[in-house]
Amino acid sequence: MLSLENVSKFYDTRWGRHRVLNHVSLRLERGENIGIVGRNGAGKSTMIRLIAGAERPTSGRIRRTMRVSWPLAFGGAFNTHLTGLDNLKFVARVYGVDYRPLIPFVEDFTELGEFFHEPVQHYSAGMMTRLAFALSMAIEFDCFLIDEALVVGDKRFHDRCHVELFEKRRNRAFILVTHDSNVIKLYCKRAAVLHEGRLLDFETVDAAYDFYEETLRVKPEVQE
Amino acid sequence: MQVDESPTFLQSLSIQRRVLHALLMRELVTRFGRENLGLLWVVGEPMLFTLGVATLWSLAGISHGGHLPVIAFAVTGYSSVLMWRNSATKCADGIRSNQNLLYHRAVQPIDVLLTRIALEVAGATGSFIILSSFFVFIDWMKPPVDPTQVLEGWLMLAWFGGSLALLLGGGCAFSDLVHRLWHPTAYLLFPLSGAAFMVDWLPAKFQQAVLLLPMVHGVELLRQGFFGAAVRTHYDIGYMASFCAVLTLSGLYVVREATRRIDF
Repeated sequence: MLSLENVSKFYDTRWGRHRVLNHVSLRLERGENIGIVGRNGAGKSTMIRLIAGAERPTSGRIRRTMRVSWPLAFGGAFNTHLTGLDNLKFVARVYGVDYRPLIPFVEDFTELGEFFHEPVQHYSAGMMTRLAFALSMAIEFDCFLIDEALVVGDKRFHDRCHVELFEKRRNRAFILVTHDSNVIKLYCKRAAVLHEGRLLDFETVDAAYDFYEETLRVKPEVQE
Repeated sequence: MQVDESPTFLQSLSIQRRVLHALLMRELVTRFGRENLGLLWVVGEPMLFTLGVATLWSLAGISHGGHLPVIAFAVTGYSSVLMWRNSATKCADGIRSNQNLLYHRAVQPIDVLLTRIALEVAGATGSFIILSSFFVFIDWMKPPVDPTQVLEGWLMLAWFGGSLALLLGGGCAFSDLVHRLWHPTAYLLFPLSGAAFMVDWLPAKFQQAVLLLPMVHGVELLRQGFFGAAVRTHYDIGYMASFCAVLTLSGLYVVREATRRIDF
């Protein structure tokens, strides 16, 4: 189970406190999934960082009784001076698993070849994304956090991600966050809209979709 | 891998242990791995400095209170500075430069800081041991009279450096000023830290003032151990320990507060 209870998040800005999330609550059981749509600046990535545990909420509570991943395919958590292999070792050590059995999968999925032993700073954007995704898959989680990760990459990468995530791991929980409501329609059983700091839950994905499409027509109140 | 909802104390301990191990291995590879000669420079840099200072002092004909051997004086002095200054400097931007690692929930700011402190303490200790052994071996300086006192002084300096590092590392999450002000402060503290003088050489009223600085006590104790009866030292380890204890507690508190307010 993963739950957010009345979570609010403020950031200090030069013109005062800026509220990004306003009493957001959410509950996700094992095997469930939810798509969260919101326009640019709605607080989607903030929400993902809070759920991942990279930041703490200003108020409210986040509870996790299942293993929640770091944001999927998130390349920022790399150390760019290290090689792909060293990054795998680091991640494996942090999560307390042996890295050796994971090497074949990562090598195969990333198709990095010799670059697996090169510092990540020499990688192309595509290589980095493949490594990031492979590392997220190499560690076992009950719930994946997906922050628009599947939008990037070429078709081959896209298809392979699809297989790994939505076929091989279809019994896992996930939270997919995006500004593209079509993606949500494709993958999610449930949907919510992040709008003006609030998380609005909807009965059906279609209802969320319609509401979101409507909000896109209106000029946002708060500019980032 | 455990689920991280309210882990028990023992679970927390094991999580912390593996995170520290992961961070340590990572920093070792980054810093000392591959192309750069990192490990060599841990010793090489203080060695060059020590030799430079010793040469300058010899050329200038500074007698240094009469009869203290210049090399031993420079080694003990500069190594002490490295000991308290490096962990603080490395931690002053430690959280920021490792911020992305915090995406892995098990990695906490305190882990990042502890790793850096451990590495700096190890590096400074290694360089001190290698440098002293080398100079003793080529007979440019004598081995310490009382190694126990040397060790005590060294550990006190490590404690001071580590606790200062926690405070600065946590403080940087509140304001960039901490990082910016630390560098000039470190430079100002260097000449006052006892690295280049013995307290006994100073006029009485300066002695009192300079003994307010905790690291001076550590350096004095270290030199007491090195030179024995050849020097008259002034130190109060009780004072230094109290200072460090307060610094440690404030450091831990500030790091905890910093953890709560880290924003990306």
